[in-house]
Parts: sequence; C-alpha cells; structure tokens
Amino acid sequence: MSATAYALPSIVVFVTAALLIVVGALGVLAVRNPVHAALSLILTLFGVAVAFIAQSADFLAAVQVIVYAGAIVVLFLFVIMFLGVGRSRHDHVEPLVGQRPLAALGVVVTVGGVIALLASSHWVTGATSVSGSSLVKGTGNVRQLGTAVFTTYLYAFEATAALLVIAVIGAVVLARRERVTEEAE
Amino acid sequence: MIAGADPLFAHGVTGVVILIVLIKVVVGFAAWMGAVTMMIWFERKAISDMQSRIGPQRWGPFGLLQTLADGIKLFFKEDLVPAEADRLVFKLAPYLSLVPALVTFAIVPVGGTLHIAGHAVQLQVANPPMGILVMLAMSGISVYGVMLAGWSSGSKYPLISSVRASAQMISYEAALGITVVTVILVSHSLTTHGIVLAQGQGVWHWNVIRLGVVPFVIFWMAITAELNRPPFDVVEAESELVGGFNTEYSSIRFALFYMAEFMNTITMSAIIVTLFFGGPAGWVPPVPHLRWVFPILWFLVKVGLFAFCYVWFRAALPRLRYDQVMDLGWKRLIPLSLGWMLIVAGFLVAPGWGFVMAAAVLLASVVLAIAFERGASRATGPESVLEPVGRRPLPEERLRALTEREEG
Repeated sequence: MSATAYALPSIVVFVTAALLIVVGALGVLAVRNPVHAALSLILTLFGVAVAFIAQSADFLAAVQVIVYAGAIVVLFLFVIMFLGVGRSRHDHVEPLVGQRPLAALGVVVTVGGVIALLASSHWVTGATSVSGSSLVKGTGNVRQLGTAVFTTYLYAFEATAALLVIAVIGAVVLARRERVTEEAE
Repeated sequence: MIAGADPLFAHGVTGVVILIVLIKVVVGFAAWMGAVTMMIWFERKAISDMQSRIGPQRWGPFGLLQTLADGIKLFFKEDLVPAEADRLVFKLAPYLSLVPALVTFAIVPVGGTLHIAGHAVQLQVANPPMGILVMLAMSGISVYGVMLAGWSSGSKYPLISSVRASAQMISYEAALGITVVTVILVSHSLTTHGIVLAQGQGVWHWNVIRLGVVPFVIFWMAITAELNRPPFDVVEAESELVGGFNTEYSSIRFALFYMAEFMNTITMSAIIVTLFFGGPAGWVPPVPHLRWVFPILWFLVKVGLFAFCYVWFRAALPRLRYDQVMDLGWKRLIPLSLGWMLIVAGFLVAPGWGFVMAAAVLLASVVLAIAFERGASRATGPESVLEPVGRRPLPEERLRALTEREEG
C-alpha cells in the first residue's frame, strides 16, 4: 500500500464501518434464527454503505441501502415469515450429507485465491492500488456513473436488463399455472 | 471529502462550524418534536370537528396539552412482552420505525441561506450530496419497524399485518422512486437544496406545474401508501386484523409507534413540499432584517396544508381492500410513472422527442390495457394460482366464472 498518512477521522470511520461489516457477517453465520440472520445482514449492508461514503461514492451508498437493505432483505424476511421457518425445530437434520467439509474446502480455496490476487495486483484494474479517483471537480458521482453506464458499458447494461426481464417473466410463468383447459372439459 | 455540497464546510471544519451544526440539530429536533405533538392534537381536533364531536378539551386551552397527558399516562403503564414474542426484535422494532422518520426530516430545507459569522448556513440540518436518495433509502428502511413488530409479536394477526406491510411498501417504492427521478431530471440536482433552488423563480417553476401534475399525484398516493396512512392503511385494518402490527404493544412502545406515524406524516408533507411546491419559496415582502423569516413561514404554511390533507383523508375516505391496494400500485401507478418519466425525458431532449415518447407511451398503454382486459377475463381462483394468498377470488368473479361455465 502507499505510504499516505491517514487522518484520524477517516481511520475512525473506516474502523466503524469495518466493525459493522465484520460483526454483521459473523452474525449471519452464527445466529440460529433466520430473521436474526437477516437483521445481521442489514448491519453488514449498512457498514458497506458507510465505507462507500468514506470513499466519496455517495450514490453507490444510497443505492446500496435502497436496493439491498430496503428491498432485497425485505423480500428475504417476507419469504421467511411467509413460510414460517422462524422457529425451526429440525436444525439437527442435515439435508446434504458431507456438505460441511466441502464448504470448508471451498472457503479456504476462495479466500486463498482472493488474498493471492490482492497481494499480486488489483484484480479488476490490474493496478496495485486503486487510490485516487477520477472524480473531476464539478462533476458528480451520478453524472460519471450515468455516462459510463450509457456509453462504455451500454451493452452489458442492456444485457443485464434483458436478463432480469427474462427472469421475471420466467418466474411468473412458473408460478401461474393455468388449469382453465382442464376445467372447461 | 465528506463535506459534499454544504458550503458550511467549504473552509474546513472549525469549532464554530461544529457549534453551528450542533445548534441546527438541536433546534431542528426540538421544533420538530413540538410540531409532532401539535400534529397529534390537530389531527384529533380536526377529525372530531368533521365527525361532529368535541375532541380533546380537558388539558390546556383547547385541549392542546392532551398529547403530553397521553404521553405521561403511557409512560406509567405496564410494559408487556408476550410470552411467544422474540424479545430482542420486539423491543428493537419501535425504534426502527422512529429513526427513519427522524433522519428523513434532516434533509428538508426549511428556509433560505443565512450568513452567520462569515459562514453560509443553509437552514436544513444536513445537505448530503446524495440528497433526496436519503429519503428513498429511509422510506425503504421504515418497512422494518412495521414488519419486525408484527413478526416478533408471536401472534397471528400482527404477522398477517407485517406480511401485508412488506408487500405493500415494496410495491409502492418503485412508483415513488420513478417519480423522484422525474423531479431530479428537471432540477438537474440530487440535493434537496438544489431541487428547491431550481423552483425558486416563481409559482410557474414549481415542479408540480413543470412536470404536469401527474408525477405529484403519483408521488402523493405512493407516499401515503408507504406511510400506511388512510386510505391505504390495510396494515392496521381494525375490522380484519384487530390492531395490525402493534396489537401486542402496550405502554411507551406503543406510544413510539403512534409518534412515528405522526412524525412520518409531517416529514412526508415536508418532502412533498420540497419536491413539488418549491419548499420555502414564496413571496417575500421588502422588510429589512427579517427577510429570512418569510421563507420559513411559507414552508410552514405549505406543510400545514398537506398535513391537513392527510387528516382529511383519514376522516373522509374509506379504506381500500388489500387487492385494490396492490392493483393500484402495480397496474396503475408503476406503468403511469414510467411512461410519464419517458415523456418528461423526451421533452428535456427536444420537443420532437417529447411527442415521439408521448405517442410511444400512448401505444404502450393501449397494449397494457388490452393485457389487463385479457388477464381479468381469465379464471383466477385458488385452482389456477399455486398459493392462494393475497388474491382471493372476489364474489363477483366467482359469480362470473359460474355464469360463464353455464353459458359455455
């Protein structure tokens, strides 16, 4: 890492955000009750939002809270409540035999890979450090993001949109089975 | 770096700046809490007038201190936690519905800009660069209060209420977000300060007129549904769900939910005023030294008007049925707000594009109407849907299905 001297406020912000993220993530794993796990997940998401703000990515922080904390975890909770798995009494039954050692192996491989990538170079940009944003003074986050999405990454953006629409239509088709023909006969 | 759009931090964070921020926070909080107690009194008094009752009158002149008396009473009542409750979440939930209401109000500009000790002080608690997105984020978070309260009570009716709440709030958030996007498009700014400044040149520049009324109506409906205020309060429908999500709550925890509702009402009235009615913009008489007071007065008048409208809704409108609420959100408001956003964006590029977009939206709405018509004529009973939850066949639909079978 570069030898920049960090100011005390940014260290405090970083430590707080990191604590939120790590405590929340550990909570998701450790807590038995699915609703409590979802709440821990919200804690993590808020920590990530704080980290985004500290990096001047205000728009990403807001979207993080709106989309993930405001919609996706709500849907998780919705499903949990709907199915009533809140107080499950069948915790000791393991649905997939031998999944735990395999999961441990997977974690070791993934974490090792990530650490190896981080140590050698930044795995998206190829640079060893990502400090110093390209934020030109006077142009906001949103403008830059919008320009990037609708020019450079337009194809990926539209492909994602199409994929989501296909997923939604697929879900509707699977959930709504018509039995009109059987009844009519 | 973190300072963002607020000119207060332009010359570094000194002791004076911190003091100004502290004063803004304390004054804002105190004035707002006062407004909340007044709002509770106002709602009870206005509704009682509309229903030919007297309303609160014992405590203070015109019963003004009734809210205070209620608060003291609730403080001293026994605080019950049901045996089946999830104790931690049960105690957490009231605060989760209180905090978003508080945070949202922080971004509302209540006045112009003051100059104190060489610092430009905007009369709003905070002016973050993501601005109005804070409102959307907090309205997303406010679901949790209701949802978790209902779930953690360990009781059936509150659980139904919380499932309803989550579905309803998620549905209306889309329409809400899209209408906010139209406002951002014409204001060229995300910050509430910028949105208000863009409307500052007079009534014709207010977004309600510039955007052509429709986004305002959509936003108002969607925000009312987000708040679970009547006529969208299926979450606490007494005739179906006892008291809804707060059935099991008593004492001060119940009071917190009660307060959160009124806080949200005021906050969202303020947000409507900010987005569509120019915020503190208005005619300022040429008075020396006191010119800064008039924007605040204008703001208060406008917010009071919308607060009254909410009270009026409660007194005048019957509650919607749950499936009507969902239909309105998904089939009317979301397509309409999307189409209107396209038209607004088109007109911003060039008038020609605006008309092209309007034609396209017209065509799409015809297609959509045909789709709705065909969908409505299909059999939608418990047999054709996997889980018969949220969409029971209505009596008239049953009847129609029966008659069609006899004819066919």
